[in-house]
Amino acid sequence: MTNIICITCPKGCHLSVDENNDYAVTGNACPRGEAYGKNELKNPVRVVTSTVRVEGADIPRLPVKTDRPLPKGKMMECMALLDTITAQAPIKVGTVLAANILDTDVNIVATKTL
Amino acid sequence: MKYDLVIIGGGPAGLSAANAAWEDGCRSICIVERDRELGGILNQCIHNGFGLHFFKEELTGPEYAGRFVEMLKNTGVDVRLDAMVLDVTPEKEVHIVSSASGYEVLEAKAVVLAMGCRERTRGAIAIPGTRPAGVFTAGTAQRYLNIEGYMVGKRVVILGSGDIGLIMARRMTLEGAKVLACVEVMPYSGGLTRNIVQCLNDFDIPLYLSHTITDIQGNERVERVVVSEVGPDRRPIPGTEMVFDCDTVLLSVGLIPENELSRAAGIEMDARTNGPVVFENMETSIPGVFACGNVLHVHDLVDFVTAESARAGKAAAAYCAGVSLKNENVLDIKNGNLVGYTVPQHIHMDAEFKAVDVFFRVRAICHQSKIVVKDENGTQIAAFSREHLAPGEMENIKLPRVLLDKAVGSITVSIEEEK
Repeated sequence: MTNIICITCPKGCHLSVDENNDYAVTGNACPRGEAYGKNELKNPVRVVTSTVRVEGADIPRLPVKTDRPLPKGKMMECMALLDTITAQAPIKVGTVLAANILDTDVNIVATKTL
Repeated sequence: MKYDLVIIGGGPAGLSAANAAWEDGCRSICIVERDRELGGILNQCIHNGFGLHFFKEELTGPEYAGRFVEMLKNTGVDVRLDAMVLDVTPEKEVHIVSSASGYEVLEAKAVVLAMGCRERTRGAIAIPGTRPAGVFTAGTAQRYLNIEGYMVGKRVVILGSGDIGLIMARRMTLEGAKVLACVEVMPYSGGLTRNIVQCLNDFDIPLYLSHTITDIQGNERVERVVVSEVGPDRRPIPGTEMVFDCDTVLLSVGLIPENELSRAAGIEMDARTNGPVVFENMETSIPGVFACGNVLHVHDLVDFVTAESARAGKAAAAYCAGVSLKNENVLDIKNGNLVGYTVPQHIHMDAEFKAVDVFFRVRAICHQSKIVVKDENGTQIAAFSREHLAPGEMENIKLPRVLLDKAVGSITVSIEEEK
């Protein structure tokens, strides 16, 4: 049994996950908590948010995110990849700046219109 | 220049108030914003977790702000950027100054105060030591890093476990800095649990509860800090000192609603929130002047700022349309056991409403508890069960009209822990 805190939403439910019972989750207030509890022990993932260089805008950095969560262990690799990207303004929120990064099916998208 | 409604501040509170007022038929609105763009602090909050309540999806700060800026584009709301409000008079004249238009007076029928808050600094908490470069508030560092594109340090100690500090611990780590510790004077964190988990635990950053920085050392630049454990009286315990070699100290030690304009206008203030005293419609002690968002009380979640500010915007639109509430039949909300403050502080019982949302913070962590609302006779008019209450998490309860109508005199909100 592992006790973890759900981070799916700001509520922060205290979950208990039973590895010996098919990762059964208790303490969750919603179904997303159950999914989080299972994944957190089997394959933890995180959305990465950061910035990339941008040219032609009033500010030098464009905020970006991964459009879906990435395996937790790949966060630093993702950060290294972001260092290689230079976006060109004008750019719209949601624009894909790098597709299918690190063979994960995850894209880097702009989170601001510049 | 005349407007029906002038909104001071173009952050999430001002944007939501403007959209709500426009939706309710107010057609003469101006937002005055001192930055070069709308969105306020959301522009530098590039992390995600915004909008789960309001949009039912997880957005980053710039995305959340962007949605409201887009909505605003479909309205005829005027926006003054790079414009600073100098003064708001009780007659609702808003004095502003900008490079583009110089000095102007905007005459308004109603004003919404949405100035937000600012961070407490090293001076506000008087940390001993020398005064080298490298001591930043977490929000300042966040702006440098996320908007201006500067790394502020390589080896970092964070004082305070407020949300911005926790977010910056992760952000600095992802950008290659080593965050040595997060130090919190209280025995519990001031931030949301999810931020402790995904910003500290994910990166094995230690959180020292009941500890504080007792010395900052360094000549030109921060060289090291001394951290000491504190007792229940929050005073450092001699002999518990730890030394961290670092070049940067980030402070996440609380936020102060920015109410210089409100005070100068003579608006009644609440010493507990450091914001104006308001009614259920977010109206301050000056009729036609409303307040919402972090200028009123510091929120944890922007979603609640949006909801609160929409109420202020709607009420301001109603005021402009000629609906004005008399301050006669007023129900006061008082704070009982373990309740630090409530917003609103008063309810116009002559107003039309089905229920009033009351927001508050508890003074200490409470386990299995009941939030109890009693009237002056001690009669319980409502009770709400909670498994967990913490000062770092704003609570809210909904008080239906039918229950409020039964209350005799004022009502008191208090916490009863169930042992």
